[in-house]
Amino acid sequence: MATILHNTMHILVAFTLPPLLLGIINRTKALFAGRVGPPLLQPYYDLIRLFQKGSVFSTTTTWVFRAGPVVGLVTVALAVLMIPLVGSNAPISFKGDLILLAYLLGLNRFFTASAALDTGSPFEGMGAAREVTYACLAEPAFFLGLLVLARLTGSLQLAEMLGDLLAPSHWRTAGASLFLVMLSWCIVLLVENCRIPFDDPNTHLELTMIHEVMVLDHSGPAFGMILYAASLKLFLFGALIVRIAIPFATGAMWFGWPVFLGGMFVVAVAIGVLESTMARVRLTHIPTLLVTACLLSGFGILTLVR
Amino acid sequence: MSERLVLIGIVIAAVSGFPGLFLSRHSTLGQWLSTALAVIGSAVGLSSVGVFWAAGDSQPIVRPWAIPGGEFHVAMDGLSALFLVPIFLVSLLGCVYGLGYWKQAEHPDNGRKLRLFYGLLPAGMALLVIARNSILFMVGWEVMALSAFFLVTTEDHDRAVRETGWIYLVATKVATVSLFALFGLLHAVNGSFKLEPLNEANLTPGITTAIFVFMLIGFGIKAGIMPFHVWLPSSHAIAPSHVSAIMSGVIIKMGIYGILRITSLVPHPPVAWGGIVLVLGTISGVLGVAFAVGQHDLKRLLAYHSIENIGIIVMGIGLALLGRSLGRDEWVILGMSGALLHVWNHALFKALLFLSAGSVIHAVHTREIDHLGGLAKRMPLTALCFVVGAVAICGLPPLNGFVSEFLIYLGLFGTLGVEGKSSFAEAAFAAPALALIGALAVACFVKVFGAVFLGTARSEHASHAHESPPSMIAAMSVLVACCFFIGLAPFAVAPVLEQAVSAWAPSLGESRQGLLTLAPLDSISVMALVLVAGLAVTSGLLWLRLRNSVVETGPTWGCGFTAPTARMQYTSSSFAEMLVGLFGWALRPRIHRVKVTALLPQPTDFHSHVPDPVLDELVLPTFRFSAWLFSWFRVFQQGRIQAYLLYIFVALVALLLWR
Repeated sequence: MATILHNTMHILVAFTLPPLLLGIINRTKALFAGRVGPPLLQPYYDLIRLFQKGSVFSTTTTWVFRAGPVVGLVTVALAVLMIPLVGSNAPISFKGDLILLAYLLGLNRFFTASAALDTGSPFEGMGAAREVTYACLAEPAFFLGLLVLARLTGSLQLAEMLGDLLAPSHWRTAGASLFLVMLSWCIVLLVENCRIPFDDPNTHLELTMIHEVMVLDHSGPAFGMILYAASLKLFLFGALIVRIAIPFATGAMWFGWPVFLGGMFVVAVAIGVLESTMARVRLTHIPTLLVTACLLSGFGILTLVR
Repeated sequence: MSERLVLIGIVIAAVSGFPGLFLSRHSTLGQWLSTALAVIGSAVGLSSVGVFWAAGDSQPIVRPWAIPGGEFHVAMDGLSALFLVPIFLVSLLGCVYGLGYWKQAEHPDNGRKLRLFYGLLPAGMALLVIARNSILFMVGWEVMALSAFFLVTTEDHDRAVRETGWIYLVATKVATVSLFALFGLLHAVNGSFKLEPLNEANLTPGITTAIFVFMLIGFGIKAGIMPFHVWLPSSHAIAPSHVSAIMSGVIIKMGIYGILRITSLVPHPPVAWGGIVLVLGTISGVLGVAFAVGQHDLKRLLAYHSIENIGIIVMGIGLALLGRSLGRDEWVILGMSGALLHVWNHALFKALLFLSAGSVIHAVHTREIDHLGGLAKRMPLTALCFVVGAVAICGLPPLNGFVSEFLIYLGLFGTLGVEGKSSFAEAAFAAPALALIGALAVACFVKVFGAVFLGTARSEHASHAHESPPSMIAAMSVLVACCFFIGLAPFAVAPVLEQAVSAWAPSLGESRQGLLTLAPLDSISVMALVLVAGLAVTSGLLWLRLRNSVVETGPTWGCGFTAPTARMQYTSSSFAEMLVGLFGWALRPRIHRVKVTALLPQPTDFHSHVPDPVLDELVLPTFRFSAWLFSWFRVFQQGRIQAYLLYIFVALVALLLWR
């Protein structure tokens, strides 16, 4: 019974909350810029509007262009069900699910980038090339972090690696490693979700974009699916970091959910602050930063293995 | 029973090309006859494996043989059965594919030669896989190696083909010499040429190391492990595509089989073996895919991916060897199951990719990726087959590649959990390397799929492409079905894998844990089905939504530019440019770039190319130097076969006197 309630809550939060994170980020940025900013619920209004609109498809495109948003949404939707939001359970959980999570995101990338190339547009090709290139460096950083968690908890199940097994004791004994992993995964979050300093979704120049330029040609419901999937992905990485960061057990529901939601709020505000106070780095410097992320996680595991 | 059946299959496959030799080069009867025979032979071979799996016991066939030390000794075990499946399956499908791809009417000069050796090749491989005597093994090995040489040089009127064939021949002969040394050492240890567990009493550290080195060189060259891969890229690229499919899918696996067979004979492999093999596998994997990213020849690119996948297989073997040295059964089971399943998977998806590439070449007559484009519209079935192969080779769910990589990942992560004397947590660092390999593979296949099948055609030929004939599509469809089957129901292959693992490591004993208790293959299966169902439902919803709303078509949004041309698309080279730059220290790309100086510059050009540095900068100079060093030896090189026979006679007499 408790599991059913927990899973219902998980699904409810994971599928309704994510657009709000975008709203919070935008509000934070508006605050810094001295503007009033859009309503907190604006991302929801945008999604509803997009789902009601008609679409335009380029004559160059094939079924791959339509498959992009579908695969993009389904893979991320499955992935968010594997992260333990509270306590030590997630709706989908089995030994080795961490590998499935990473490879679902790989499938997502394959079809998003292919859909971009399907348009034949040079700009979208450019975005696709950047996306897959940066992922090559983000992936090892993510896995090195997973090694740390697997070593600490002795488990290969995300629900246990990130859950309450991790929190209480390990922040005292292996705090340095966990901190390094957290830093490294923050960089991975920013690059995977195309936030400043890696990518500026609000820039007016297509030449400098990464993710946004890949989806230039999408419109209507398909574009709505892409935006929604992007917010789910932000939620996914945010939840990973929140669950590492919380240094105590969050077993009970009445206690766990507020703590988790508070954590997500902090992540969203932090992204907003970062985006308001930093300029984006030059494209050629992004690999350097990503290598730094790999090294941070790498040091994290080295201090444990010795 | 199964041994007899497989011998029958071998004989039928071996003779399949002969009837065609007696028919006119303009008759198509020969092609049909040889294809029918090859299909029957392969089917008999496959059924022998089925009989073995069903009965589970083997009845070795042992016959005396006149050759000194030789003995006709064949037997089935789990390992042999597992390798027989890709041998017969890929050659069967390759023959069917050849009906449309290499029609006798279109290739009257070399069609008969091709089919002769296309029959001999699986026969040789099947023989070496069931041989239990090293001389018989070498007979099968040489039949395979020489058939492959004649298959690579099918179009020997072309100078580039002859040169590539020459490199292949030199490489395979070096491997053979190394194997002679290896089997000589085994003879010294065991006192016979039987392939039996080594006698530990005679194993000194020196001999053990020598066995390891000759094994790695001999079988490593055939498997294409870096840095022994020099022959591989160009010969895979230049051979006809159904030959490339069997070369990449099956022949290089014979090197893996050799490594497995020899390591299974060593009672206690040293820890260093596993460590070195794991490192070699990681290097092959990462650099193989990095070189693939830099290629712009469709088949050469796929060939480098073979090196990558061999690397992944070798990583699994390294982990299993470590497990045997340190007594960790779960590493043995996970690593070896992953490696063996990847042997199958790679045979399936790489054959699929080479056959789809052949379909493209059949239609467009070029291998140059940057001259293709937009083929998904004109060749929808080929595009679908290719994308299935691409997703599978990237190790992405819900297809088969994911399952084998999943097993290897589980094993590698498992090394973290062990403390104390039998720990080897360093092995876990191979997991992020495997993640890097996966991400690079995604980058590479997005590049190929995008540049070849998506966008608009970059050349006149590509815009007039046509879909391939049914025989080619049928062969590819079978492989697509196999990729989906293993991806969706991986637990079905678990018994076969367990049987093969226990054939490799008999020390595991009966009380070992099953593969299914170590790896949640049932969960993988459920998740793959959920993923497929989710994709179907979401596609359906999107389709419904689009049907009930206004859908217009128009040109691609050019960001304000209104006259886009096909030449403005991102090419495969520009797509890979950043990654080639990141791996520039290893790839050493050759870039030709003219600096633009004047205010109104003249037309200029740019091209870049990633050659193979090991071949160009290490192997070729070494061979040139040794050719110079031994130039005096040419005195004996008469070019007359009588003279060579005389040399052999004199050498034998001298050896007899010396004894």
